[in-house]
Amino acid sequence: MIHQFRIYDTNMVLDVNSGAVHILDDIADRVLSCFNENGRPVEERIGLLKREIGEEPVDEALSELETLKSEGLLFSSDPYEEMFTPKTTPAVVKALCLHMAHDCNLRCKYCFAGEGNYHSEKSKMPLEVAKKAIDFVIENSGNRKNIEIDFFGGEPLLNLNTIKETVAYAREKEKDSNKRFRFTVTTNGLLLDDETMEYLNDTMDNIVLSLDGRREINDAMRMTRSGIGCYDTIVPKFRKMVSIRKDKDYYVRGTFTRNNLDFSEDVLHMADLGFDQLSIEPVVLPDGSGIEIKREDLENIFSEYEKLALKLLELRKQGKKVNFFHFMLDLEGGPCVAKRLRGCGSGTEYLAVTPRGDLYPCHQFAGLEEFKLGSVFTGIEKKDIVETFRKINVYTKDSCRTCWARFYCSGGCAANAWNFQKDLFGTYEIGCELEKKRVECALWLKAQELLG
Amino acid sequence: MKHIKILNGNSLNKDLKKIGCGECQTSCQSACKTSCTVANQKCERR
Repeated sequence: MIHQFRIYDTNMVLDVNSGAVHILDDIADRVLSCFNENGRPVEERIGLLKREIGEEPVDEALSELETLKSEGLLFSSDPYEEMFTPKTTPAVVKALCLHMAHDCNLRCKYCFAGEGNYHSEKSKMPLEVAKKAIDFVIENSGNRKNIEIDFFGGEPLLNLNTIKETVAYAREKEKDSNKRFRFTVTTNGLLLDDETMEYLNDTMDNIVLSLDGRREINDAMRMTRSGIGCYDTIVPKFRKMVSIRKDKDYYVRGTFTRNNLDFSEDVLHMADLGFDQLSIEPVVLPDGSGIEIKREDLENIFSEYEKLALKLLELRKQGKKVNFFHFMLDLEGGPCVAKRLRGCGSGTEYLAVTPRGDLYPCHQFAGLEEFKLGSVFTGIEKKDIVETFRKINVYTKDSCRTCWARFYCSGGCAANAWNFQKDLFGTYEIGCELEKKRVECALWLKAQELLG
Repeated sequence: MKHIKILNGNSLNKDLKKIGCGECQTSCQSACKTSCTVANQKCERR
Protein backbone atom coordinates (compact mmCIF):
# COMPACT_ATOMS: atom_id res chain seq x y z
CA MET A 1 0.00 0.00 0.00
CA ILE A 2 1.14 3.52 -0.76
CA HIS A 3 -0.20 6.98 0.02
CA GLN A 4 0.34 9.73 -2.53
CA PHE A 5 -0.29 13.30 -1.50
CA ARG A 6 0.64 16.85 -2.31
CA ILE A 7 1.16 19.78 0.04
CA TYR A 8 1.86 23.19 -1.46
CA ASP A 9 4.00 22.26 -4.49
CA THR A 10 5.61 19.11 -3.12
CA ASN A 11 4.45 15.70 -4.34
CA MET A 12 5.15 12.91 -1.91
CA VAL A 13 4.54 9.22 -1.52
CA LEU A 14 4.67 7.10 1.62
CA ASP A 15 5.28 3.39 1.26
CA VAL A 16 3.16 2.25 4.18
CA ASN A 17 4.77 -1.06 5.11
CA SER A 18 8.43 -0.07 4.81
CA GLY A 19 8.00 3.49 6.09
CA ALA A 20 9.92 4.75 3.04
CA VAL A 21 9.08 8.28 1.93
CA HIS A 22 9.84 9.79 -1.46
CA ILE A 23 9.56 13.18 -3.09
CA LEU A 24 8.32 13.05 -6.65
CA ASP A 25 8.51 15.56 -9.44
CA ASP A 26 5.30 16.19 -11.35
CA ILE A 27 6.13 13.54 -13.97
CA ALA A 28 6.86 10.77 -11.48
CA ASP A 29 3.80 11.78 -9.51
CA ARG A 30 1.56 11.42 -12.55
CA VAL A 31 3.18 8.15 -13.59
CA LEU A 32 2.70 6.71 -10.11
CA SER A 33 -0.97 7.70 -10.29
CA CYS A 34 -1.23 5.26 -13.21
CA PHE A 35 -0.39 2.29 -10.97
CA ASN A 36 -3.12 0.06 -9.58
CA GLU A 37 -3.36 -0.91 -5.92
CA ASN A 38 -1.27 -4.01 -6.59
CA GLY A 39 1.62 -1.83 -7.66
CA ARG A 40 1.37 -2.50 -11.38
CA PRO A 41 1.23 0.21 -14.03
CA VAL A 42 -2.06 0.22 -15.92
CA GLU A 43 -1.02 0.18 -19.60
CA GLU A 44 -3.97 2.18 -20.83
CA ARG A 45 -3.32 5.02 -18.41
CA ILE A 46 0.42 4.96 -19.10
CA GLY A 47 -0.31 5.14 -22.84
CA LEU A 48 -2.49 8.20 -22.41
CA LEU A 49 0.16 9.90 -20.30
CA LYS A 50 2.87 9.16 -22.87
CA ARG A 51 0.78 10.78 -25.56
CA GLU A 52 0.33 13.83 -23.35
CA ILE A 53 3.85 14.43 -21.99
CA GLY A 54 6.08 12.22 -24.15
CA GLU A 55 7.46 8.70 -24.05
CA GLU A 56 10.93 9.38 -22.65
CA PRO A 57 10.08 11.11 -19.35
CA VAL A 58 7.35 8.58 -18.62
CA ASP A 59 9.73 5.68 -19.24
CA GLU A 60 12.36 7.31 -17.03
CA ALA A 61 9.91 7.72 -14.18
CA LEU A 62 8.59 4.18 -14.69
CA SER A 63 12.11 2.83 -14.45
CA GLU A 64 12.80 4.74 -11.24
CA LEU A 65 9.54 3.57 -9.68
CA GLU A 66 10.33 -0.02 -10.61
CA THR A 67 13.74 0.38 -8.96
CA LEU A 68 12.07 1.51 -5.74
CA LYS A 69 9.72 -1.46 -5.92
CA SER A 70 12.56 -3.92 -6.42
CA GLU A 71 14.34 -2.45 -3.39
CA GLY A 72 11.27 -2.85 -1.19
CA LEU A 73 10.68 0.89 -0.98
CA LEU A 74 7.39 1.06 -2.85
CA PHE A 75 4.37 -1.25 -2.77
CA SER A 76 6.21 -3.37 -0.22
CA SER A 77 4.31 -6.19 1.44
CA ASP A 78 3.11 -6.35 5.04
CA PRO A 79 5.02 -8.97 7.02
CA TYR A 80 3.77 -7.86 10.42
CA GLU A 81 0.29 -9.21 10.94
CA GLU A 82 1.41 -12.79 11.42
CA MET A 83 4.31 -11.78 13.66
CA PHE A 84 2.41 -9.69 16.17
CA THR A 85 -0.75 -11.15 17.61
CA PRO A 86 -2.52 -10.40 20.90
CA LYS A 87 -0.60 -13.35 22.35
CA THR A 88 2.65 -11.52 21.69
CA THR A 89 1.44 -8.44 23.56
CA PRO A 90 3.15 -8.78 26.93
CA ALA A 91 0.91 -8.84 29.98
CA VAL A 92 2.77 -6.21 31.94
CA VAL A 93 1.77 -2.86 33.40
CA LYS A 94 4.57 -0.32 33.06
CA ALA A 95 2.85 3.06 33.18
CA LEU A 96 0.30 4.55 35.54
CA CYS A 97 -1.68 7.74 35.38
CA LEU A 98 -2.24 8.68 39.02
CA HIS A 99 -5.29 10.87 39.54
CA MET A 100 -3.86 12.84 42.43
CA ALA A 101 -6.95 14.99 42.74
CA HIS A 102 -10.46 14.58 41.46
CA ASP A 103 -10.84 18.27 41.93
CA CYS A 104 -9.70 21.33 40.04
CA ASN A 105 -9.17 25.03 40.60
CA LEU A 106 -10.25 25.76 37.03
CA ARG A 107 -13.60 25.24 35.31
CA CYS A 108 -12.57 24.61 31.71
CA LYS A 109 -15.59 24.37 29.47
CA TYR A 110 -14.39 21.35 27.51
CA CYS A 111 -13.04 19.23 30.36
CA PHE A 112 -13.72 15.52 29.86
CA ALA A 113 -13.41 15.12 33.63
CA GLY A 114 -16.44 17.28 34.38
CA GLU A 115 -15.14 19.93 36.74
CA GLY A 116 -12.08 17.82 37.44
CA ASN A 117 -13.99 15.41 39.65
CA TYR A 118 -14.79 12.84 36.93
CA HIS A 119 -18.49 13.23 37.66
CA SER A 120 -18.13 11.96 41.21
CA GLU A 121 -17.32 13.42 44.61
CA LYS A 122 -14.26 15.62 44.93
CA SER A 123 -11.34 13.74 46.41
CA LYS A 124 -7.59 13.61 46.69
CA MET A 125 -5.46 10.51 46.47
CA PRO A 126 -4.25 9.49 49.93
CA LEU A 127 -0.58 8.59 50.26
CA GLU A 128 -1.55 5.04 51.14
CA VAL A 129 -3.17 4.62 47.70
CA ALA A 130 -0.28 6.25 45.87
CA LYS A 131 2.25 4.00 47.58
CA LYS A 132 0.16 0.96 46.80
CA ALA A 133 0.05 2.05 43.17
CA ILE A 134 3.86 2.17 43.11
CA ASP A 135 3.97 -1.33 44.64
CA PHE A 136 1.39 -2.49 42.09
CA VAL A 137 3.36 -1.30 39.07
CA ILE A 138 6.59 -2.77 40.42
CA GLU A 139 4.88 -6.13 40.93
CA ASN A 140 3.14 -6.10 37.56
CA SER A 141 5.84 -4.73 35.27
CA GLY A 142 7.72 -8.00 34.80
CA ASN A 143 11.23 -7.39 33.51
CA ARG A 144 10.50 -3.87 32.26
CA LYS A 145 13.01 -1.47 33.72
CA ASN A 146 11.49 1.85 32.72
CA ILE A 147 8.33 2.72 34.62
CA GLU A 148 6.32 5.88 33.96
CA ILE A 149 4.16 7.67 36.45
CA ASP A 150 2.00 10.56 35.32
CA PHE A 151 0.66 12.83 38.04
CA PHE A 152 -2.67 13.89 36.68
CA GLY A 153 -6.02 15.25 37.81
CA GLY A 154 -8.13 17.33 37.97
CA GLU A 155 -5.27 19.48 39.09
CA PRO A 156 -2.53 17.32 40.61
CA LEU A 157 -0.78 20.20 42.39
CA LEU A 158 -3.79 20.39 44.72
CA ASN A 159 -2.17 17.30 46.21
CA LEU A 160 1.48 18.30 45.97
CA ASN A 161 2.61 16.88 49.30
CA THR A 162 1.40 13.43 48.29
CA ILE A 163 3.19 13.79 44.95
CA LYS A 164 6.42 14.55 46.81
CA GLU A 165 6.02 11.60 49.15
CA THR A 166 5.10 9.31 46.26
CA VAL A 167 8.19 10.31 44.30
CA ALA A 168 10.36 9.73 47.38
CA TYR A 169 8.76 6.32 47.92
CA ALA A 170 9.29 5.28 44.30
CA ARG A 171 12.92 6.43 44.40
CA GLU A 172 13.42 4.39 47.55
CA LYS A 173 12.06 1.32 45.79
CA GLU A 174 14.02 1.75 42.55
CA LYS A 175 17.22 0.02 43.54
CA ASP A 176 15.80 -3.12 45.10
CA SER A 177 13.27 -3.59 42.34
CA ASN A 178 15.70 -2.76 39.52
CA LYS A 179 13.30 -0.24 38.10
CA ARG A 180 13.76 3.30 36.88
CA PHE A 181 10.83 5.63 37.47
CA ARG A 182 10.15 8.51 35.14
CA PHE A 183 7.68 11.11 36.29
CA THR A 184 5.44 13.48 34.40
CA VAL A 185 3.07 16.10 35.75
CA THR A 186 0.27 17.76 33.84
CA THR A 187 -0.74 21.05 35.44
CA ASN A 188 -2.83 24.12 34.77
CA GLY A 189 -0.13 26.14 36.50
CA LEU A 190 -2.22 28.11 38.97
CA LEU A 191 -0.39 26.70 41.98
CA LEU A 192 3.12 27.01 40.58
CA ASP A 193 5.35 29.04 42.88
CA ASP A 194 9.13 29.25 42.99
CA GLU A 195 9.57 26.38 45.40
CA THR A 196 7.15 24.13 43.50
CA MET A 197 8.78 24.94 40.18
CA GLU A 198 12.17 24.06 41.55
CA TYR A 199 10.86 20.79 42.94
CA LEU A 200 9.10 19.83 39.71
CA ASN A 201 12.10 20.76 37.62
CA ASP A 202 14.32 18.51 39.72
CA THR A 203 12.04 15.49 39.81
CA MET A 204 9.88 15.45 36.68
CA ASP A 205 11.11 13.98 33.43
CA ASN A 206 8.39 15.84 31.60
CA ILE A 207 6.14 18.73 32.59
CA VAL A 208 2.98 19.42 30.63
CA LEU A 209 1.70 22.98 31.05
CA SER A 210 -1.84 23.71 29.92
CA LEU A 211 -2.43 26.86 27.87
CA ASP A 212 -4.72 27.31 24.88
CA GLY A 213 -2.83 30.12 23.17
CA ARG A 214 -3.99 33.70 22.78
CA ARG A 215 -5.37 35.40 25.89
CA GLU A 216 -8.93 35.73 24.60
CA ILE A 217 -8.98 32.13 23.36
CA ASN A 218 -7.52 30.72 26.55
CA ASP A 219 -9.71 32.81 28.82
CA ALA A 220 -12.92 31.93 27.00
CA MET A 221 -12.38 28.28 27.94
CA ARG A 222 -10.03 28.15 30.91
CA MET A 223 -11.40 30.10 33.82
CA THR A 224 -11.42 29.98 37.58
CA ARG A 225 -14.45 29.09 39.68
CA SER A 226 -15.31 32.78 39.76
CA GLY A 227 -15.24 32.96 35.98
CA ILE A 228 -11.96 34.80 35.50
CA GLY A 229 -9.65 33.67 32.71
CA CYS A 230 -6.34 32.26 33.89
CA TYR A 231 -4.00 33.56 31.14
CA ASP A 232 -2.51 36.49 33.05
CA THR A 233 -1.88 34.34 36.10
CA ILE A 234 -0.28 31.36 34.40
CA VAL A 235 1.76 32.77 31.53
CA PRO A 236 4.40 34.45 33.75
CA LYS A 237 4.62 31.25 35.78
CA PHE A 238 5.01 29.11 32.66
CA ARG A 239 7.73 31.41 31.34
CA LYS A 240 9.63 31.03 34.59
CA MET A 241 9.08 27.27 34.67
CA VAL A 242 10.37 26.90 31.12
CA SER A 243 13.34 29.18 31.73
CA ILE A 244 14.61 26.97 34.55
CA ARG A 245 13.74 23.84 32.59
CA LYS A 246 16.60 24.41 30.13
CA ASP A 247 17.02 21.24 28.02
CA LYS A 248 14.68 19.05 30.06
CA ASP A 249 11.40 17.96 28.48
CA TYR A 250 8.26 20.01 28.75
CA TYR A 251 5.25 20.83 26.63
CA VAL A 252 3.00 23.81 26.59
CA ARG A 253 -0.17 22.07 25.57
CA GLY A 254 -3.51 23.44 24.53
CA THR A 255 -6.85 22.46 23.13
CA PHE A 256 -8.61 24.04 20.19
CA THR A 257 -12.35 24.05 19.63
CA ARG A 258 -14.55 25.12 16.76
CA ASN A 259 -14.39 28.59 18.30
CA ASN A 260 -10.75 28.92 17.24
CA LEU A 261 -10.32 27.02 14.03
CA ASP A 262 -7.52 29.52 13.31
CA PHE A 263 -5.52 27.67 15.98
CA SER A 264 -2.22 28.11 14.13
CA GLU A 265 -2.35 31.64 15.56
CA ASP A 266 -2.48 30.14 19.04
CA VAL A 267 0.53 27.93 18.40
CA LEU A 268 2.44 30.90 17.02
CA HIS A 269 1.37 33.00 19.98
CA MET A 270 2.82 30.39 22.32
CA ALA A 271 6.03 30.48 20.27
CA ASP A 272 6.05 34.28 20.57
CA LEU A 273 5.84 33.89 24.33
CA GLY A 274 9.14 32.03 24.15
CA PHE A 275 7.88 28.46 24.40
CA ASP A 276 9.36 26.02 21.91
CA GLN A 277 7.85 22.63 22.79
CA LEU A 278 4.23 22.96 21.81
CA SER A 279 1.12 20.93 21.32
CA ILE A 280 -2.43 21.88 20.57
CA GLU A 281 -5.06 19.23 20.22
CA PRO A 282 -8.55 19.19 18.80
CA VAL A 283 -11.25 19.13 21.44
CA VAL A 284 -13.05 15.81 21.63
CA LEU A 285 -16.67 16.30 22.54
CA PRO A 286 -19.93 14.73 21.38
CA ASP A 287 -22.31 16.32 18.90
CA GLY A 288 -24.39 19.07 20.40
CA SER A 289 -21.73 20.36 22.79
CA GLY A 290 -21.53 23.58 20.83
CA ILE A 291 -17.76 23.72 20.54
CA GLU A 292 -17.12 20.23 19.15
CA ILE A 293 -15.27 19.72 15.87
CA LYS A 294 -17.74 18.95 13.12
CA ARG A 295 -17.17 17.22 9.81
CA GLU A 296 -17.80 20.48 7.97
CA ASP A 297 -14.85 22.02 9.87
CA LEU A 298 -12.35 19.55 8.46
CA GLU A 299 -11.32 21.44 5.33
CA ASN A 300 -10.66 24.56 7.40
CA ILE A 301 -8.61 22.60 9.89
CA PHE A 302 -6.62 20.90 7.12
CA SER A 303 -5.71 24.32 5.72
CA GLU A 304 -4.79 25.48 9.19
CA TYR A 305 -2.43 22.55 9.71
CA GLU A 306 -0.76 23.32 6.38
CA LYS A 307 -0.48 26.96 7.36
CA LEU A 308 1.04 25.97 10.68
CA ALA A 309 3.56 23.68 8.98
CA LEU A 310 4.63 26.53 6.68
CA LYS A 311 4.97 28.95 9.59
CA LEU A 312 7.05 26.48 11.57
CA LEU A 313 9.30 26.02 8.56
CA GLU A 314 9.75 29.79 8.30
CA LEU A 315 10.63 29.96 11.99
CA ARG A 316 13.19 27.20 11.56
CA LYS A 317 14.75 29.06 8.67
CA GLN A 318 15.09 32.04 11.01
CA GLY A 319 16.94 29.79 13.44
CA LYS A 320 14.03 29.35 15.87
CA LYS A 321 13.46 25.68 16.43
CA VAL A 322 9.87 25.27 17.54
CA ASN A 323 8.58 21.73 17.92
CA PHE A 324 4.92 20.98 17.39
CA PHE A 325 4.14 17.64 19.02
CA HIS A 326 2.02 16.26 16.20
CA PHE A 327 4.49 17.22 13.50
CA MET A 328 7.41 15.54 15.21
CA LEU A 329 8.45 12.47 13.27
CA ASP A 330 11.83 10.84 13.55
CA LEU A 331 11.71 8.81 10.37
CA GLU A 332 14.78 6.74 11.18
CA GLY A 333 14.70 6.64 14.96
CA GLY A 334 11.02 6.43 15.77
CA PRO A 335 9.32 3.56 17.53
CA CYS A 336 9.54 0.02 16.19
CA VAL A 337 6.67 -1.52 14.30
CA ALA A 338 5.68 -3.63 17.32
CA LYS A 339 4.87 -0.41 19.14
CA ARG A 340 3.28 1.18 16.11
CA LEU A 341 0.68 -1.48 15.58
CA ARG A 342 -0.44 -1.69 19.22
CA GLY A 343 -0.99 1.95 19.99
CA CYS A 344 -0.91 3.80 23.27
CA GLY A 345 -1.03 0.78 25.58
CA SER A 346 -4.23 1.74 27.38
CA GLY A 347 -5.84 -1.13 29.23
CA THR A 348 -2.70 -3.23 29.01
CA GLU A 349 0.62 -1.60 29.84
CA TYR A 350 -0.91 1.75 30.78
CA LEU A 351 -3.62 2.12 33.44
CA ALA A 352 -5.20 4.96 35.36
CA VAL A 353 -5.59 4.96 39.13
CA THR A 354 -8.35 7.00 40.77
CA PRO A 355 -7.93 8.64 44.21
CA ARG A 356 -9.49 5.63 45.93
CA GLY A 357 -7.21 3.24 44.06
CA ASP A 358 -9.55 1.94 41.39
CA LEU A 359 -7.91 0.86 38.14
CA TYR A 360 -9.21 1.88 34.71
CA PRO A 361 -7.83 1.34 31.18
CA CYS A 362 -6.82 5.02 31.02
CA HIS A 363 -7.69 8.42 32.43
CA GLN A 364 -10.51 8.85 29.95
CA PHE A 365 -12.28 5.70 31.10
CA ALA A 366 -12.08 6.69 34.76
CA GLY A 367 -15.52 6.67 36.33
CA LEU A 368 -17.12 4.37 33.72
CA GLU A 369 -18.14 1.53 36.01
CA GLU A 370 -18.13 -1.11 33.26
CA PHE A 371 -14.42 -0.42 32.71
CA LYS A 372 -13.34 -0.63 36.32
CA LEU A 373 -10.66 -3.31 36.23
CA GLY A 374 -9.99 -3.72 39.93
CA SER A 375 -7.91 -1.71 42.36
CA VAL A 376 -4.32 -1.31 43.45
CA PHE A 377 -5.30 -3.22 46.60
CA THR A 378 -6.92 -6.19 44.92
CA GLY A 379 -5.10 -6.22 41.60
CA ILE A 380 -6.82 -6.67 38.26
CA GLU A 381 -10.09 -8.51 38.77
CA LYS A 382 -11.73 -8.10 35.40
CA LYS A 383 -9.10 -9.84 33.34
CA ASP A 384 -11.53 -10.25 30.44
CA ILE A 385 -11.49 -6.49 29.86
CA VAL A 386 -7.71 -6.44 29.81
CA GLU A 387 -7.77 -9.34 27.35
CA THR A 388 -10.06 -7.30 25.11
CA PHE A 389 -7.64 -4.38 25.19
CA ARG A 390 -4.77 -6.73 24.36
CA LYS A 391 -6.58 -7.65 21.17
CA ILE A 392 -6.75 -4.06 19.97
CA ASN A 393 -4.27 -3.36 17.21
CA VAL A 394 -4.29 -1.99 13.69
CA TYR A 395 -5.20 -5.39 12.27
CA THR A 396 -8.15 -6.05 14.52
CA LYS A 397 -9.74 -2.68 13.78
CA ASP A 398 -11.46 -2.85 10.40
CA SER A 399 -10.96 0.75 9.44
CA CYS A 400 -7.27 0.69 10.41
CA ARG A 401 -6.36 -2.40 8.39
CA THR A 402 -6.78 -0.49 5.18
CA CYS A 403 -5.61 2.93 6.39
CA TRP A 404 -2.29 4.29 5.15
CA ALA A 405 -1.66 6.09 8.48
CA ARG A 406 -1.95 2.97 10.62
CA PHE A 407 1.72 2.93 11.66
CA TYR A 408 1.61 6.58 12.73
CA CYS A 409 -1.47 6.81 14.93
CA SER A 410 -1.46 3.07 15.69
CA GLY A 411 -5.20 2.69 15.79
CA GLY A 412 -6.00 5.91 17.61
CA CYS A 413 -7.54 6.44 20.99
CA ALA A 414 -9.60 3.58 22.48
CA ALA A 415 -11.55 5.99 24.66
CA ASN A 416 -12.54 8.06 21.65
CA ALA A 417 -13.62 4.91 19.82
CA TRP A 418 -15.74 3.92 22.78
CA ASN A 419 -17.23 7.37 23.27
CA PHE A 420 -18.23 7.79 19.64
CA GLN A 421 -19.03 4.26 18.50
CA LYS A 422 -19.43 2.29 21.73
CA ASP A 423 -16.92 -0.08 20.18
CA LEU A 424 -13.32 -0.42 21.34
CA PHE A 425 -12.50 -1.74 17.88
CA GLY A 426 -14.14 1.26 16.25
CA THR A 427 -12.71 4.67 15.45
CA TYR A 428 -13.44 8.33 16.00
CA GLU A 429 -13.62 9.29 12.35
CA ILE A 430 -13.03 13.02 12.69
CA GLY A 431 -9.98 12.26 14.79
CA CYS A 432 -8.73 9.90 12.05
CA GLU A 433 -9.05 12.57 9.38
CA LEU A 434 -7.17 15.09 11.51
CA GLU A 435 -4.43 12.63 12.34
CA LYS A 436 -3.90 11.78 8.67
CA LYS A 437 -3.52 15.45 7.82
CA ARG A 438 -1.04 15.96 10.65
CA VAL A 439 1.08 13.05 9.43
CA GLU A 440 1.09 14.46 5.89
CA CYS A 441 2.21 17.84 7.23
CA ALA A 442 4.89 16.21 9.35
CA LEU A 443 6.26 14.37 6.32
CA TRP A 444 6.12 17.56 4.27
CA LEU A 445 8.15 19.39 6.90
CA LYS A 446 10.75 16.62 6.75
CA ALA A 447 10.84 16.96 2.99
CA GLN A 448 11.43 20.69 3.19
CA GLU A 449 14.34 20.15 5.57
CA LEU A 450 15.87 17.76 3.04
CA LEU A 451 15.26 20.03 0.10
CA GLY A 452 16.69 22.98 2.02
CA MET B 1 17.38 9.34 -9.80
CA LYS B 2 16.12 12.13 -11.97
CA HIS B 3 12.46 12.25 -11.00
CA ILE B 4 12.46 10.93 -7.43
CA LYS B 5 14.29 11.80 -4.21
CA ILE B 6 14.32 9.24 -1.42
CA LEU B 7 13.55 11.11 1.79
CA ASN B 8 13.62 8.00 3.93
CA GLY B 9 14.41 4.36 3.19
CA ASN B 10 13.13 1.26 4.84
CA SER B 11 12.70 2.17 8.49
CA LEU B 12 9.99 -0.24 9.63
CA ASN B 13 10.70 -3.57 8.05
CA LYS B 14 14.19 -4.30 9.32
CA ASP B 15 15.68 -6.03 12.35
CA LEU B 16 12.26 -7.45 13.09
CA LYS B 17 13.71 -9.99 15.50
CA LYS B 18 15.16 -7.25 17.68
CA ILE B 19 12.06 -5.16 18.23
CA GLY B 20 9.27 -4.94 20.75
CA CYS B 21 11.34 -4.59 23.95
CA GLY B 22 8.58 -2.44 25.44
CA GLU B 23 10.93 -0.08 27.25
CA CYS B 24 9.82 2.99 25.33
CA GLN B 25 7.59 5.68 26.71
CA THR B 26 3.90 4.96 26.85
CA SER B 27 2.35 7.21 24.26
CA CYS B 28 -0.17 8.95 26.45
CA GLN B 29 2.47 10.07 28.92
CA SER B 30 3.67 12.99 26.85
CA ALA B 31 1.60 15.82 25.49
CA CYS B 32 -1.07 13.67 23.98
CA LYS B 33 -4.05 13.14 26.18
CA THR B 34 -6.77 12.84 23.58
CA SER B 35 -5.34 12.54 20.08
CA CYS B 36 -3.00 9.63 19.77
CA THR B 37 0.20 9.88 17.78
CA VAL B 38 2.59 7.04 18.40
CA ALA B 39 5.09 7.63 15.60
CA ASN B 40 6.63 10.63 17.34
CA GLN B 41 7.79 8.61 20.32
CA LYS B 42 11.44 7.74 20.76
CA CYS B 43 12.92 4.27 20.63
CA GLU B 44 14.86 3.46 23.80
CA ARG B 45 17.39 1.38 21.90
CA ARG B 46 18.65 4.13 19.64
